Amino acid sequence: MSTPILELRKVDKSFGPIDVLHEISLKVHAGEVLCLLGDNGAGKSTLIKTLAGVHKPTRGEILLDGQPMAFDRPKDAQARGIATVHQFGGTFPLMSIGRSFFAGVEPTKGWGPFKVYDRKKANAIAVKAVQDFGITRIDDGDRLVGGLSGGERQSLAIARAVHFGARVLILDEPTAALGVKQAAHVLRIVNQAKRRGLAVIFITHQVMHAMAVGDHFAVLIRGAIAADFRKGEKTREQIADLMAGGESMADLEANIEGYMDSHDGHPPPPAR
Amino acid sequence: MSQSFSIGGLLRRPEAGAFLGLVAVLIFFGIFGGVAFLKPAGMSSWLNVAANLGIIAIPVGLLMIAGELDISVGAMVPFGAMTTAIIAGHWDQSIWLAIVVTLSFALVIGLVNGLLVIRTAVPSLIVTLGTLFAVQGIVLGMTVLIAKSTSVALKTEGPAKAIFGDFIPVVFKGQLQSIVVWWLLAAAAYVFFVHFSRRGNWIFAMGGDKVSARNAGIPTERMTMLLFVLSATSAAFVGMCQAIQFNSAQVAGGQSFIFNSIISVVIGGVLLTGGFGSVVGIFFGTITFAVVNQGIYYTDFDRNWSALIIGVLLLIAVLLNNTFRKMALTHAPKKK
Repeated sequence: MSTPILELRKVDKSFGPIDVLHEISLKVHAGEVLCLLGDNGAGKSTLIKTLAGVHKPTRGEILLDGQPMAFDRPKDAQARGIATVHQFGGTFPLMSIGRSFFAGVEPTKGWGPFKVYDRKKANAIAVKAVQDFGITRIDDGDRLVGGLSGGERQSLAIARAVHFGARVLILDEPTAALGVKQAAHVLRIVNQAKRRGLAVIFITHQVMHAMAVGDHFAVLIRGAIAADFRKGEKTREQIADLMAGGESMADLEANIEGYMDSHDGHPPPPAR
Repeated sequence: MSQSFSIGGLLRRPEAGAFLGLVAVLIFFGIFGGVAFLKPAGMSSWLNVAANLGIIAIPVGLLMIAGELDISVGAMVPFGAMTTAIIAGHWDQSIWLAIVVTLSFALVIGLVNGLLVIRTAVPSLIVTLGTLFAVQGIVLGMTVLIAKSTSVALKTEGPAKAIFGDFIPVVFKGQLQSIVVWWLLAAAAYVFFVHFSRRGNWIFAMGGDKVSARNAGIPTERMTMLLFVLSATSAAFVGMCQAIQFNSAQVAGGQSFIFNSIISVVIGGVLLTGGFGSVVGIFFGTITFAVVNQGIYYTDFDRNWSALIIGVLLLIAVLLNNTFRKMALTHAPKKK
């Protein structure tokens, strides 16, 4: 097998006496989607921040194209093609699509101190970048970002990262706040990015969304990898159980159903 | 530019509310005050007010677009006036030296404001509230210490007087202050800076989402410092021009600039929480404010009512601006 674009080897991260990540080893190849599953507080955010150069690992190493890497700042990771897209991150609701897309790297025309922002060029490139991802509804770069749907906005953010040279795309809960249809939209974009040869790390706690796009899955529990498996090796129920920390969701469901059967269909009273 | 012209397109721009507000007050005072305030004498009365306020309102508005507030401008106006008057009047030094020293001090205070906001992460309203009082204290304390008075006279002659604080000859029957020219030049420069240069885009991005802006590689801290320096020096500049114009400086006064600049900016369509607005809007907002402020003298109303009109105008402007912004957000071009 080829060298993975990004690899983590036994990465630990602790803040003072608190160990947040424990011996995390992961690999992600080009054209592959790695789904990181985990409940709230499992250490997903810390792991993302470590990958994005916000935190430095306490122990262990991060390899990029097989070479050990140390990122001092998020910018270093970005310069090496690791882009993190937070929910709606990198898009500005009250700015036009073109201006938002190029925030910080605006194309200009003109000369010397009179260089002006090239609106036409920015709009054309932004609209094309988004349309290449199959969002054909966006055809006017002057529209305000805030007028787009949640899925479109997320797609804009992803298209932006890809346009500016991302090789590894870290998507932080991109579907969490979206409706079913909008989420499907984003999942299509993820597949599209994968087909273009990007390595995608997809963080979610929605098993269905993970299963729709993932090639490789890792379940994070209390800062450690509890399970690491490939597509088709586990069922949805098994993954949900894993995420719940080994506590069997199926058992829980069976318990509740049993209670309802013996209590005229009433669910059990909430635990106090 | 290939933008097609349409009424809807105009209404979706940030300055739409300010422009309609200006038209409304012009009609209002045209009916109740006659056309006297549109004649040279009347026009120069509100243009002078607008110019003094406008030079401060634009940088205050830019800070608001970037998600910050600066209320220390209320102390920077008397600071600028008094520093100039003490150096050029009380100590009888060259007016040019006074101008350089005044603006340099203002630059330092702007840097302090900016640094405090960046380093402490305390809301800029609180930081500049602190510097507002601190600078007021410095101005009062130093003036009494040096001049043994709360008012200092100065006499300026020659080119400095003509450039910074005299009435412009010939046009408008010689009733227009030279600061009006500064205001128009500054407004033109700001339009270029904000809407045409790439740095303008950074200001909007900062107000929209500061973290994303920083992640996108925008030097948010340097821009914040720059904007605070602009507002502090602009306010001191206005104070300086007033001292030269009226041949004296007082330690008090200037507080009215705090609210007046914010009102002008908000009427001008800038979103209080940042990320939206335009220089042209602030420009119209300032004129609207000045027309109401001065127009009342041309009517039979008691001038005490002008505050009521401004209050109502502000509320209407905010509601209108909200509506227009919503129109801009939901606007999607027709399907082809």
